[in-house]
Amino acid sequence: MAIDTAAVGTRSPDLTVEVGRGRLRLFARATGEHDPVYTDPAAARAEGHRDLPVPPTFLFCLEMDRDDPWAYLTGLGIDPRRILHGEQRFTYHAMAYAGDRLTLAAHISDVYTKKGGALDFLVRTVEVTRADGPVATLTTVLVVPGSRDAP
Amino acid sequence: MNGRVRAGDPLPPLRVPAISRTTLALYAGASGDYNPVHVDADAAREVGFEDVFAHGMLSMAYLGRLLTGWAPQRRVRSYGVRFTAMTPPHAEPVCTGTVSAVQDGAAHLDIAVTLADGTVTLRGTAVIALADE
Repeated sequence: MAIDTAAVGTRSPDLTVEVGRGRLRLFARATGEHDPVYTDPAAARAEGHRDLPVPPTFLFCLEMDRDDPWAYLTGLGIDPRRILHGEQRFTYHAMAYAGDRLTLAAHISDVYTKKGGALDFLVRTVEVTRADGPVATLTTVLVVPGSRDAP
Repeated sequence: MNGRVRAGDPLPPLRVPAISRTTLALYAGASGDYNPVHVDADAAREVGFEDVFAHGMLSMAYLGRLLTGWAPQRRVRSYGVRFTAMTPPHAEPVCTGTVSAVQDGAAHLDIAVTLADGTVTLRGTAVIALADE
């Protein structure tokens, strides 16, 4: 079953999350980051940051705070265990820090098919903003294999 | 980023220790991505994979460390990758980058993550300002 192109434009409910220092420290540990700028607020301030910086790819993790982060897939009949992450892009407008309240506005921006329907692609765009303006734009391309109609 | 940046300059490579299953569990918790195919071999097999495999975003985080180890994070304007192969447990990723061009006050980088057997798992680009704005 190909993904219904009517899905394009579907928005998820806006999500506002507060980034915690503890979560950022755990992320640093999990990704082998030893630069104290990412774990020690004093070291961060010494480098001109107002708190622990949110690292470049952590913005992707903010969406995982939804009650069901995969609702936009299951709503289309897609099993989240079968999808593959095809591409990920970030465009940065401002640094974000621990303690920031960030709002995510997400929508499905494209769906298309390749290889005669053997692979479907779903593109999702997330705008991350703070009260004082835009923080980043995220673009995610997901690959949905084997969704071609059975012969 | 030291001194004058020129096209063709390599970034110092970042070698990551072997990715253990514990690393995958830690990353699942830290990222909030609890997709079971990354931590539960039974669940992975159920949907046709031989074993668990690393989150693509874990490798993208390593590659992000290559960038922020080279330049202060506030200078990173954009960063994007294509995920070209899966990363199995025990893989030892190496993150590499090269300056492809310098224009409009920014370095344009070609970046990649490669495993010991030569498999390229991520390939992408980044744009990094040469000075704080």
